[in-house]
Amino acid sequence: MTEVTLNRVGALPQIFPNPDDYLFVTGLAGPARDAAALTSDGANMFTMAGCMGAATSMGLGMALGAPDRNVVVIAGDGEMMMNIGSLATVATQAPKNLTVVCVDNGGHGETGGQDGHTSARTNLAKVAEGFGFEKVLTVSSEAGLKDAAEFVAAGDGPRFLWLRVMAGEPTKFKRNLNPMECRVRFKNAFQAA
Amino acid sequence: MSGDVHPHDPWSRALFKQFKAAGVSLFSYIPDAGNARLVELADADNEMRTVLLTTEEEGVSLAAGADLVGQKAVLMMQSSGVGNCPNFLSFVKGGGFPILMMVSMRGDYGEQNPWQYPMGEAVEPILEAMGVLIFKVERADELEGAANAAINAAFRGGKAAALVLSQKFLGAKAF
Repeated sequence: MTEVTLNRVGALPQIFPNPDDYLFVTGLAGPARDAAALTSDGANMFTMAGCMGAATSMGLGMALGAPDRNVVVIAGDGEMMMNIGSLATVATQAPKNLTVVCVDNGGHGETGGQDGHTSARTNLAKVAEGFGFEKVLTVSSEAGLKDAAEFVAAGDGPRFLWLRVMAGEPTKFKRNLNPMECRVRFKNAFQAA
Repeated sequence: MSGDVHPHDPWSRALFKQFKAAGVSLFSYIPDAGNARLVELADADNEMRTVLLTTEEEGVSLAAGADLVGQKAVLMMQSSGVGNCPNFLSFVKGGGFPILMMVSMRGDYGEQNPWQYPMGEAVEPILEAMGVLIFKVERADELEGAANAAINAAFRGGKAAALVLSQKFLGAKAF
């Protein structure tokens, strides 16, 4: 596969220049920090710090429940692999308003950088296509971020963006880890919108 | 069996009506004989959405996502699927997400398949360990009250609630 040269820090803001336009849900660890920095831990984002594997189906629940809002899932490769079948569930439901972004550093950054399956033979773009996603894009360099920004903004979903990034520290950002507070914050902001 | 009435049709119709009246619009499931008719009824209703899952835990987070945008979901599974859910049930204790489940039992009254017993016996301890309230149905006349209690516990009480349909109620499968 292509060499990965993309630095994760600063990538998401180039893909989502107007983050207020979306509802976000993230998995745990590094991608949650990258995403929280994107919205400054905004009320339109629900981030997790546990329940590994839950992000995609949570995003599906949001997308089906709020069909007039654009929903984005941001999750790491470990998170994605843990509940890879949820991509089939999304493909079958085919919500037009859902985008899944996998921030793939090739391993488990949170626990010491141990290699993951995508460092070996797993190709998540082919996996997503195989499950039935018709819109799939792989980006692994700074130059591809413009394509990624166009991809997430164009036409109907569901979409799968495989964002392959170099190993390295995620964005430095401290977010609220209290799930009760974050749930109430999100619900209140959603109702008020 | 075209022309015949599905054996679970009468109670499934009644329960579907209760779920609908409670505002449930998303029905997620792993197929089981005990939820088959209910899924058909939801599929036939334009206001309802059925979501076939690949594993039961997906349905827990799907319900949490629906709650974030003000919608209500029910997650339907066979008892063996309860074993796939505990980690995601953290949403309940940690975040107060309302989660309504319907569990059709195997491995209890009259079971003939030895593979079903271990999880059948573990359903209640697992649900209790994760803070899920159990509303058990053994007789047909218990269904309406138990379903109401589970619906209220979830959507008014902000709890996780499981409507557990026993094999005494559903009937055991012959092997």
